[in-house]
Amino acid sequence: MSLDTFRQETREWLAQNCPPGMRKPSRGEPDICWGGRNWKFESEDQKIWLERMAARGWTVPMWPKEYGGGGLSREEEKILREEMRAIGARSPLESFGIWMLGPALLQFGNEAQKKEHLPKIARGEIRWCQGYSEPGAGSDLASLQTKAEDKGDYFLVNGQKIWTSYADKADWIFCLVRTDPAAPKHSGISFVLFDMTTPGVSTKPILLISGKSPFCETFFDDVKVPKENLVGNLNEGWTIAKYLLTHERASIGAGGSLAGLRSLPAAAIKAVGRDQNGRLADAFIRNDVIRAEIDGYALLATVERYKAEAKAGQGVGSKSAILKYAGTELNKRRYETFMTIAGSDGLEWESERSEDGTLAREWLRTKANSIEGGTSEVMLGIVAKQILKLPGA
Amino acid sequence: MIALDEDRIMLRDSAREFLTDKSPVSELRRLRDTRDQDGFSRDLWRGMKDMGWTGILIDEANGGSDFGHVGMALVCEEMGRTLAASPFLSTAVMAATALRRSGSEEQKKKWLPAISEAKAIIALAVDEGRKHNPEATALKAEMSGNAFRLNGDKSFVVDGHVADQIIVAARTEGDPGKKEGISLFLIDSKSPGISIERVIGVDSRNNARIKFENVHAAGTDALGEVGKGYQLLENTLNAGRAGIAAEMLGVAGESFDRTVAYLKERKQFGKFIGEFQALQHRAAHIFGELELLRSLVLSACVALDKNPDTAGLSVSAAKFKAAEVVKLAVSEAVQMFGGMGMTDEIDIGLFMKRARATQEFLGDAGFHADRFALAQKF
Repeated sequence: MSLDTFRQETREWLAQNCPPGMRKPSRGEPDICWGGRNWKFESEDQKIWLERMAARGWTVPMWPKEYGGGGLSREEEKILREEMRAIGARSPLESFGIWMLGPALLQFGNEAQKKEHLPKIARGEIRWCQGYSEPGAGSDLASLQTKAEDKGDYFLVNGQKIWTSYADKADWIFCLVRTDPAAPKHSGISFVLFDMTTPGVSTKPILLISGKSPFCETFFDDVKVPKENLVGNLNEGWTIAKYLLTHERASIGAGGSLAGLRSLPAAAIKAVGRDQNGRLADAFIRNDVIRAEIDGYALLATVERYKAEAKAGQGVGSKSAILKYAGTELNKRRYETFMTIAGSDGLEWESERSEDGTLAREWLRTKANSIEGGTSEVMLGIVAKQILKLPGA
Repeated sequence: MIALDEDRIMLRDSAREFLTDKSPVSELRRLRDTRDQDGFSRDLWRGMKDMGWTGILIDEANGGSDFGHVGMALVCEEMGRTLAASPFLSTAVMAATALRRSGSEEQKKKWLPAISEAKAIIALAVDEGRKHNPEATALKAEMSGNAFRLNGDKSFVVDGHVADQIIVAARTEGDPGKKEGISLFLIDSKSPGISIERVIGVDSRNNARIKFENVHAAGTDALGEVGKGYQLLENTLNAGRAGIAAEMLGVAGESFDRTVAYLKERKQFGKFIGEFQALQHRAAHIFGELELLRSLVLSACVALDKNPDTAGLSVSAAKFKAAEVVKLAVSEAVQMFGGMGMTDEIDIGLFMKRARATQEFLGDAGFHADRFALAQKF
């Protein structure tokens, strides 16, 4: 099928199938469909939208069809995104399964694991969380201590994770565990999957400065994990972890360039208006908005360029650290500007006017962007060492 | 967005090889120290012709190689890396763009092959004050019969001192500040009434201040439609702006590469200074900024290749970012080279001086920030 035909058909299908409620601007977090066993759809439209998109494999457009994906090429996927944006269609499903575990399983999982887990991710039936950080292993992730002992037909897992996003709402976890305590720290780690309802798993939400609790402490107390839930080879989990971190960094970074959620120029125009020449009436704010917009534009162009280069076989490698660093720092700057634009209105925390301080809470949330998934300093260190090859980095 | 294909990678590599060989930074020093009368080497310019660069934006029928703006940017970037002086931007980029787009058949037939053959240097005279502002064009072109009489002053006319022809932006009607009423003329630099003062810049490159006193221009000297030259001027300038942004990427990239090399060789406190995290993170930050700039330059050139009429936004984003990044890269370079960075012996200072001039040329960061915003209606 030619790309033009594909675009035409996609446009028609979306026009007929995207429910009106799913074409309203997303308010961000409260409007995201995460899926999972216990998911409560915010509306009938949200449910229908997920079902229709999942039936076409378009919740994960580029995954192979046999695993619940859409089997689209990169060009087709881009068209799908463009057509969705054109009618303001929301994403039907977001999840750590889509962003992270799926790509890892496609790369490192065995056939049985792919068949078992990927279609459920694509249909939004199982919600995953990620068990990486520990109280003593933050930036120095490879020093993690949660141990998994080989007990014959299962691993016995004991330890604690922290900053586990939505662990209290997740159905399954993909988790880094230490399987060889004697080996050098990067060489004794394995990557395992298990059900969060397994006896011995417990979670405790952490209250953040935003007043919300998207993260948990997660405890493992004699948790039995079947051997077949080991992904890749024993003690080679760090390879998968690194692969996933690269993915995570790219997606956290890209968040800074997403035009989707809030538009700075629109917020600024609404708040301060334009002068007779069409310029934003507040020169100081205008300056900040321009810088943020151009950097957002640059980031998007860089994401696209890296994709094109990767496709052309020109390695991108550690350069994704740049996207994570630049994208998160940009997002923090953008939200500082949103808050400046909003003035005292933006400080309201509990009013209906402010939808319970949505903006302020988002602003606070962005402060984690440059910490999670590898701090800005870790990213700069990666560039210094792996790209610039500076001594002792 | 695109990745460079094999042809373009070859173009870039051959440009790097040619310029490193024929026009290393020492060549700029020679031009400076001998007070060369042209400020560039005509041998080098002919060499650029042999490489196909003089006709890089000219169609093959007129002797060009027609590599497009992406190709142009690759060459400009390499020129930035060696600080190569030549009339490339004025003649092969801007004059070629103006003529190809709006020249009469006669103008095209006469000048496009001449540019391709490196037989003509054509400068663009736009600026009149200390800041680039095409809309503010005040130089007057009064119609008398079928002809025009030009009066006014131009400044920062790059290559104006060696130009055979000058494309001059003039006002045929309306007040300075208006887009309407601007016209372009292509006139002989030896025309009576033109006086040219060569200006040697901080970057050892040359431009000119040009006075027009009752200069005669025939009706056939008009480039494009009289009174409606603004869009043509914009397109011409945008090609130049993308080119200079690419050169800035090269200036920033080369001074950065030299800085990173220095961090690996200079020792203090018994360590390579590159071992200090304070410097590592600053270097890594600059690397990131260069990556972002590279994407903007490329996307501006892709936009120009696709449709020059709608590329203004991308071009301004690129030129804005280029100004910010080149300033960062050369300032940090001088700082990290320490006292050596302040000496004339080390090339870094030459990169900083060129960076300063490129920031001003064809609109500084503030100018392009404003245009970027206005294009998006804020």
